[in-house]
Amino acid sequence: MTQSEFLNIVMPFKDKLYRLAKRLLISAEEAEDATQEVLLKLWAGKKQMHRYNNVEAFAMTMTKNFCLDRLKSKQSANLKLVHSNYAETGASLQQQVERRNSLEWVERIMEELPEQQRMILQLRDVEAYEYEEIEKLLDMKPTAVRVALSRARKAVREKLLEKHRYGIG
Amino acid sequence: MGSDRIEKLLEKYFEAATSAAEEQELRAYFESGDVAPHLEEYTPMFQFFSQAKQERYTRQVPLKTRSMPYRWLSVAAVAVLALGFYFGNQYQEQREAEYAYQQTRKALGLIAQNLDRGTEKVAHLETFETTKQKIYKNQ
Repeated sequence: MTQSEFLNIVMPFKDKLYRLAKRLLISAEEAEDATQEVLLKLWAGKKQMHRYNNVEAFAMTMTKNFCLDRLKSKQSANLKLVHSNYAETGASLQQQVERRNSLEWVERIMEELPEQQRMILQLRDVEAYEYEEIEKLLDMKPTAVRVALSRARKAVREKLLEKHRYGIG
Repeated sequence: MGSDRIEKLLEKYFEAATSAAEEQELRAYFESGDVAPHLEEYTPMFQFFSQAKQERYTRQVPLKTRSMPYRWLSVAAVAVLALGFYFGNQYQEQREAEYAYQQTRKALGLIAQNLDRGTEKVAHLETFETTKQKIYKNQ
């Protein structure tokens, strides 16, 4: 397989890998490292690639496993992931600032969710994956996915309304 | 789009019972900016999802091209070694052959020398023969 063939396969979903990694690792830099690692592994195993009928699903599973391992090792080393993605971009309009802030709230609320719920929200509401795909990717039963998704959505709504009511960021 | 329908969809949405198309409809509704006031509080949630999808992996896709020359290097090294052995052997054989040739020459030279010495002695015999002939003729 040539480089351009590989890129043609990888390009459509590399952003999805990055977004899933970032949802789990939170830090943009960590997520970029993780994505790079996964892409390198894919490139190294490119000879076996034709055997997977869905390369995207395979790569997403790899990303998930890599990030969860990473989180586990960080946890055992008692380290907190450091990130600095909260860069304020100068907005001219008050409304624009407010909207951006409220979007940032949602992101922070999501960061507080358990990893599994975070992944399900990311896959369903951001990437619009089908339920069967999510079940396979996370190795979960259909009902378990639905329950976790419903819980995650409700949790986001509750916390968002709370913040909305008290107006605290 | 009626807010009644959106309300129903939201209810289904939070029970995780919406289809992908219905969720797309919800996102589109909250993206549109024309949201019923009592539903405004859901806007950030759906807008966040739409915005989160815009994030891009900005690094270059890493392709290790360095590993290829290394692999070729090892092949080249093996080739050089094999050639070295081949030509080294040839050279060694040539030297051995030369040495054998020299030895043979020396040996042959030795034989020739000794043969010469032999013919010297035979030369004495010749003198003896001619003298003998002279004596026979005189008789």
